[in-house]
Amino acid sequence: MSDRPGGPDTADPGPVLRMRSVRKTFGESLVLREVDLEVAPHTVTALIGASGSGKSTLLRCANLLEEIDDGAIWLDGEEITDPRVDQDAVRRRIGVVFQAYNLFPHMSVLENITLAPRRVHGVPRAEAEQRGRELLERLGLGAKADAYPDRLSGGQQQRAAIVRALAVRPRLLLLDEITAALDPELVAEVLEVVRDLKEQGMTMVLATHEMAFARDIADQVCFLDAGVVLERGSAEQIFHAPREERTRRFLRRFTDSGRL
Amino acid sequence: MTLAKEEPDRGEPLAPGGQDPYVPSERRLARERYKRTRSRRAVAVAALSSLVTAAALVLVVVNAPGWSRTRETFFDAGYAREALPLVLDGLWLNVRLLLVCGAAVLVLGMLIAVARTLPGPVFFPLRALAAAYTDFFRGLPLIINLMIVVLGVPALRLQGVSVDPVLLGGTALTLTYSAYVAEVFRAGIESVHPSQRAAARSLGLTNRQALRHVVLPQAVRRQVPPLLNDLVSLQKDTGLVSIGGAVDAVRAADIIVGRSLNYTPYLVAGLLFIALTIPMTRLTDWVTARTDRRRAQGGLL
Ligand SMILES: Nc1ncnc2c1ncn2[C@@H]1O[C@H](COP(=O)(O)OP(=O)(O)O)[C@@H](O)[C@H]1O
Ligand SMILES: [Mg+2]
Repeated sequence: MSDRPGGPDTADPGPVLRMRSVRKTFGESLVLREVDLEVAPHTVTALIGASGSGKSTLLRCANLLEEIDDGAIWLDGEEITDPRVDQDAVRRRIGVVFQAYNLFPHMSVLENITLAPRRVHGVPRAEAEQRGRELLERLGLGAKADAYPDRLSGGQQQRAAIVRALAVRPRLLLLDEITAALDPELVAEVLEVVRDLKEQGMTMVLATHEMAFARDIADQVCFLDAGVVLERGSAEQIFHAPREERTRRFLRRFTDSGRL
Repeated sequence: MTLAKEEPDRGEPLAPGGQDPYVPSERRLARERYKRTRSRRAVAVAALSSLVTAAALVLVVVNAPGWSRTRETFFDAGYAREALPLVLDGLWLNVRLLLVCGAAVLVLGMLIAVARTLPGPVFFPLRALAAAYTDFFRGLPLIINLMIVVLGVPALRLQGVSVDPVLLGGTALTLTYSAYVAEVFRAGIESVHPSQRAAARSLGLTNRQALRHVVLPQAVRRQVPPLLNDLVSLQKDTGLVSIGGAVDAVRAADIIVGRSLNYTPYLVAGLLFIALTIPMTRLTDWVTARTDRRRAQGGLL
């Protein structure tokens, strides 16, 4: 496929995203401490952990929506936490999908999707719209291109938000609890999309409470606890043989309620 | 691709000519008959009560002890006919003032509002200046502002500064109203949830692009009703430029009154102003209702 979202492979692809000793505070509260992370090309990293453990903050730091206090972050080997770097240019290479969709309510779905390609990447309107419609078609939203977000179901809105993030052909996709606001019967249609993106080789980092899904899809799982990556490993290892007591206790809640 | 599955749409209108053998039930027909009768009765009651109220008002005014004097000084058809063309001429000035000042007010108000929301320490002076401007001109009574600008500026006898009362009056109106409108815009900008800006920035849009394509369109849309409201006020207040001697509708009426000692021309001018404002007020109502409807989507209450 010509538009493989991960971009062409180079001889030695280093990690797409690398975080080293990242520290982040909000006023008095320490939210991320000594966080290290490496995300290899075409892999999926799942961030799990209790609410408030710092998953969203980690993703927002990776996208420079938050400024880190200490440590460093690299995107494709380039240090993006260097103050001289053009932050807008960095964000252009990273797609983000939020829990609350955050579609622009005053724009149709197609306008939402073509905004960044047209305004940021200078793609001519006709071309941007054609590609937008193709992507919508692929995600089963072809008929909704001209609808406004408030006329879409939650699942459709979230899929539209994914298309919007994909429309700029990002190098890396960050997904922050993208099914948390959805009714249970709509979760599957969104997860299906993510599964499909993985098949196409998209590099993704996702914060999620869908443990079964994380187990199925993730190459790497990181368990965050109070701002620290307490444990990391393959999905197999984390879900079947967690080393840390806290990880076990966290996962037991899901096994007990039959969600894992 | 495995995902190309279009789900069937719920809640879309039935295809025209589709085979839907639906026949309205007797219950539905009865319900609709009842609603029709009820609304007919409501209209009749409203019409009757309006009529009674109007009649009562007319009786009270006409039977007032001073009514014959009042009728002569305020409702003289002869003076009305004499005043109408002159007042209309003056009104043209009010309309032009409204158009020019209205445009200037919208532009200036937007600039001030945006200046107030610029982030970062670099823009502190601009933010402070914009805040001081709005505080000052929102607090200053318009009439005093007008007197200072229209009467005070010419008294300075500055070289190259206009003494044209229309220009100066328009300037004063613009100064005051752009402060009001800036606050309306600012409230709109602040009502757009920060997550919208975050979403825009995460797509790689610059701060400016996010403001221009995502924040401002939503802010302006939400603030159309209060903006129109301010424009209606501005339209009325264009009459105040007459204090500098500009011959607008009010001043034109004034001239005739001064000569004839009959107040009918004021009434003519007043009615013309009202006539001018009504379309704008109706437009405001319509826009507000439409916005409310959109917001209340999905509910009858
Ligand atoms: N903008 C902010 N200001 C202050 N505290 C914040 C802010 N954002 C997040 N936090 C705090 O940081 C911690 C981690 O939050 P978050 O990253 O949202 O966790 P998670 O996504 O894992 O639920 C929480 O204690 C939260 O209250
Ligand atoms: Mg979160």
